[in-house]
Amino acid sequence: MTRKQKRLSVIAGGLAVLGLAAALVLFALQQKIAFFRMPSDIQASDIQSQSRFRLGGLVEKGTVVRGEGTKISFSVTDKIKSVPVTYEGILPDLFREDQGVVIEGSFSPGGAFVADSVLAKHDENYMPKEVADSLKAKGIWQEESKKP
Amino acid sequence: MIVELGHFALILALALSIVQSVLPVLGARRNDDKMMAVGVPAAFTVLALVAISFAALTSANVLSDFSVQNVFENSHSQKPLLYKFTGVWGNHEGSMLLWVLILSFFTALVAFFGNNLPPSLKANVLGVQAWIGTAFLTFIVATSNPFARLNPAPVEGRDLNPILQDIGLAIHPPLLYLGYVGFSVCFSFAVAALIDGRIDAAWARWVRPWTLVAWVFLTGGIAMGSYWAYYELGWGGWWFWDPVENASFMPWLAGTALLHSALVMEKRSALKIWTVLLAILTFSLSLLGTFLVRSGVLTSVHTFATDPGRGLFILAILVIFIGGSLALFAWRAQNLAPGGLFQPISREGALVFNNLFLTTATATVLIGTLYPLVLEFLTGEKISVGAPFFNLTFGPLMIPLLAAVPFGPLMAWKRGDLLAVAQRLMTAFFIALLVVAAVLYQTSASGVLAAFGIGLAVWLMLGALTDLALKAGIGKAGISVAFQRLMGLPRSVFGTAFAHFGLGITLLGIVATTTFATESVLVMKPGESIRAGGYTLRFDDIKPFKGSNFTEEQGNFTVMTDEGEAVVGLMAAKRFFPVRNMQTTEAGIRTFTFSQLYVALGDAAPDGGIVVRIWWKPLVTLIWLGTVFMMAGGCLSLLDRRLRIGAPAKGKTARATAKARVAA
Repeated sequence: MTRKQKRLSVIAGGLAVLGLAAALVLFALQQKIAFFRMPSDIQASDIQSQSRFRLGGLVEKGTVVRGEGTKISFSVTDKIKSVPVTYEGILPDLFREDQGVVIEGSFSPGGAFVADSVLAKHDENYMPKEVADSLKAKGIWQEESKKP
Repeated sequence: MIVELGHFALILALALSIVQSVLPVLGARRNDDKMMAVGVPAAFTVLALVAISFAALTSANVLSDFSVQNVFENSHSQKPLLYKFTGVWGNHEGSMLLWVLILSFFTALVAFFGNNLPPSLKANVLGVQAWIGTAFLTFIVATSNPFARLNPAPVEGRDLNPILQDIGLAIHPPLLYLGYVGFSVCFSFAVAALIDGRIDAAWARWVRPWTLVAWVFLTGGIAMGSYWAYYELGWGGWWFWDPVENASFMPWLAGTALLHSALVMEKRSALKIWTVLLAILTFSLSLLGTFLVRSGVLTSVHTFATDPGRGLFILAILVIFIGGSLALFAWRAQNLAPGGLFQPISREGALVFNNLFLTTATATVLIGTLYPLVLEFLTGEKISVGAPFFNLTFGPLMIPLLAAVPFGPLMAWKRGDLLAVAQRLMTAFFIALLVVAAVLYQTSASGVLAAFGIGLAVWLMLGALTDLALKAGIGKAGISVAFQRLMGLPRSVFGTAFAHFGLGITLLGIVATTTFATESVLVMKPGESIRAGGYTLRFDDIKPFKGSNFTEEQGNFTVMTDEGEAVVGLMAAKRFFPVRNMQTTEAGIRTFTFSQLYVALGDAAPDGGIVVRIWWKPLVTLIWLGTVFMMAGGCLSLLDRRLRIGAPAKGKTARATAKARVAA
């Protein structure tokens, strides 16, 4: 191979890999991401599409019902609308009524949200960021009293 | 008093860093030996001052001086002593101070070991290190003062986040920072070379040990963080593709690429400009990681405090350093003499292949990590990019890379013979194929991906062994001769073999755990049993327990064989920290050879039982064991004779020494 051919073959190989990676990334960004929704943002099409979502909000007071075994159901609310959620498994340590949660899962045909993971915040000082931001945007959030 | 002393030392360190930023670089331009000579003592003094400052903060923490705001917010008089020490960096201000301490430590190391560097290069490197130091010291002094006082002083502190009250905090952040910040030396060398306008193979020889050191620490830091998250969070996962994890993984990928490209530059004087760019990019990704974690744009356990002022400040540092160094690169890179070309099929070609895939993989991780932030900034739409994205993009890129790994070390420099190398790897290939077939047979063809994953892992491990065996001539020469030859091989050959073997071990652990783990979630009452991974787990009882700053409910289990023979006890707990009003899960973990039984407690069920989550994780410890091999490989390479400092007799000038070493 001449010098030029050598260089060309290396460049062509590099571009092929980059092209493959770019294609994978574009495909994955269309298929594999989960949108974040608050209960009042949910459209009818979101329920029909049955694609994956992250649902954020507060655990509505008085809705947590422990069923048979490890089944549990509760509602997530943004004080405008609430969405019933079912989950099977262990809830995170900081899962409490009236506290922020982010739930990942999809809608069942019946309209209930079937969660496959439930995330609560890491400590008592803050809400999951998405939830806090959205509640602020809706004017429901009150700044917690400052530290003593 | 001690606290004020610490604050004062920090400000002095900043002032001296500014001096160190200017004089040596100016001296290098004017060829003024006196100005260049400022760099070394300045580097040592900055280290001493930052160390005093860090010691002052440590003493305030250990003595529970709650008049210091930082101590008040993150400590408690009843906190165990170990966590009073580690709590120093378990918060934003303290962790930034640790960052700067490690930076000044590396700068001092360059000053100490840099006697064989050309004076102008050394002066420039110390100057660039001081630029970084100045930026971060200003950040601490201006926005994150760890020594701020409270008046009146509170009687009791607010305690450390319970998740951080663990031995992991003693190990993970220092290791990770040693890795992150260690790459600053490579960055400084790259920028210094660009300022100097010249670069040669000796440059790569000087940069490679620093890259290796940083890489070894970063590998350890990431592995430790992964294991900590695995046992502490109680979710049984070891990698979540969380943005904060990606923030540490990107510099690791780029640093791994840098390790390999510096090799080409050192041996063959090729890929010079690319290596300089990689050195800049690797540290830029470290800075980006610091920004993502420290600025509060992400929610995670690592984000201690969110303050928009701080985020903007770090963003400014990020833009100045990344933008500045890349601009300098664009301006000066064409001045660097280009390296030679080589055949695509050669050791150099294999290393380019490695770099191509590693940097492309880094880019996909970068896109996945930043895309949600950019999208939210532009459109307000919130999305999450999680494991499904990375499995689809990062995963496929790793397959050709990993499959090619055994070929690399067997290729000759300049012109390789792919066919001959393939012949030598025949045995390894057939054994790997046999393993694939065996796994397919065992899982009755359902685990196709798992079978090929395990086959790939075996291929990697055998490939590493084949390399050693061929280089020692095992099978061709007599046993004693081969053994002598094996012992006589350069340490870097062992380094390569260890690291690649470790990669295979880690891959085996990942594939086995991901595909063969079993999980059961159920309500258990005392006396009940369940089968998990070839054992029977019996729930004995649940008892309350009181620790120094927490109370917990301890669930006791017995692991039994199928015959009902007790093997070992296991305790999982729910821990409650009253000061923070916070609950944590303490998973019960027992290791059986390389596999683990993992038990986490959930909430009490209404009928008197308790929700229990039980995982059987086959070969899970191999994930971290493999990284130990990789680190050992890095250390072995570091011990290689050709990198040993001052190995050859010192010539008249450092330059001559360097040239002589290249020729040798």
